[in-house]
Amino acid sequence: MSGPDAPADDAEAGESEWPLWEVFTQPGAGRPHEHAGSLHAPDAELALQNARDVYTRRGEAVSIWVVRSDAIVASSPSEAGPFFEPGNDKAYRHPQFYKVPRGVRSV
Amino acid sequence: MSQTTPDASRSPADEPARLAAFEARLAAGDSIEPKDWMPERYRRQLIRMMSQHAHSEIVGMLPEGNWITRAPNLRRKMGLLAKVQDEAGHGLYIYCGTETLGVDRRELIRQLLDGSAKYSSIFNYPTLTWADIGAIGWLVDGAAIVNQTMLAKASYGPYARAMVRICKEENFHKRQGYEILATLMRGTAAQRAMAQDAVDRWWWPSLMMFGPHDEQSPNSAELLRWGVKQRGNDELRQRFVDQTVPQAIAIGITLPDPDLAYDEVAGHWTFGEIDWAEFWTVVKGQGPCNRERLGARRKADADGAWVRAAAEAHARKQRERARSQAA
Repeated sequence: MSGPDAPADDAEAGESEWPLWEVFTQPGAGRPHEHAGSLHAPDAELALQNARDVYTRRGEAVSIWVVRSDAIVASSPSEAGPFFEPGNDKAYRHPQFYKVPRGVRSV
Repeated sequence: MSQTTPDASRSPADEPARLAAFEARLAAGDSIEPKDWMPERYRRQLIRMMSQHAHSEIVGMLPEGNWITRAPNLRRKMGLLAKVQDEAGHGLYIYCGTETLGVDRRELIRQLLDGSAKYSSIFNYPTLTWADIGAIGWLVDGAAIVNQTMLAKASYGPYARAMVRICKEENFHKRQGYEILATLMRGTAAQRAMAQDAVDRWWWPSLMMFGPHDEQSPNSAELLRWGVKQRGNDELRQRFVDQTVPQAIAIGITLPDPDLAYDEVAGHWTFGEIDWAEFWTVVKGQGPCNRERLGARRKADADGAWVRAAAEAHARKQRERARSQAA
């Protein structure tokens, strides 16, 4: 393989960047998987192995999920206001909205 | 999510209003996330700073890798291997964080290999003896922790999160280095001399890691204004000196600065002036090991090419097999 002096050879040898994967780690049994970061890998198997080496060198996880970044659909920050508005103005979805007579417990 | 290009649908006429909103968010202590609108200059400054940081982690493996095969015993060898492996991981965290700004990692690596990207000058100094491994862990990682603890509050979310993860891991780096020097300082006269010689050579370059004085730092003011950095170079350097001097005294090692003195009134250790001519010489590529470091990275990239090609070929074969079985 070529060094940096021969970039044309790099391209021929398939030196384009590998797909990006998002890594989710579960810190312990019964806990939810949380986003840990991302990495590049040519396939799912190597993505899992790389995720183990990059994100769990000190027993940080009992389980790992990897998912291709381009498979994730995310909400848009610029639309966050109207998008989340239906859940933000409904005080009656919270217990504090409802009045209970004084002294009554466990309601 | 990671590789998302920012929303570019608004017209340039909105720019002043968006900039005002952006700066108001920063003033309120909000984090900026990859898909949020950000000024082009903020994006470019982050790409520059984060990629330099990532390159530093990767090149930083070289001076220490030099001693893995010659570590004095198995315990030291395991510790050093784990530390160098951590540095690779740290490079990967930060490269991935940088990619969220819309730049490809392969392009960043290309810039490192062709010499157009910078990395921390500290790694252009040679590791001449085993004691240098102690001095690097104690001083270089110690200085990096001071800097990175500040960056863990950076305004750009992916950078800050990478720093939190890195800071957790680096405390072990510093302690393993300090333990090496402390052990040598309890040893023979020759071992103590070796430890002292390493600290004599690494002390000043470690102070240089914080960069030029604030008034001479071309990027500091802007990075401070945008909350990428929370503290100036000189303040962080002072913090490092204040925490390091007592550690030197504790193991009986001398920091090579005749001007070092405790200022009772200020509550700080005052120290001599850095040799800025040396600093700029190394930054500009004329340090002791600049060419050697880049040569080693280029060789590693070239030597690893067949592994990457094999991984790709395997992935391709598996995809084709799955497809033909489905058909």
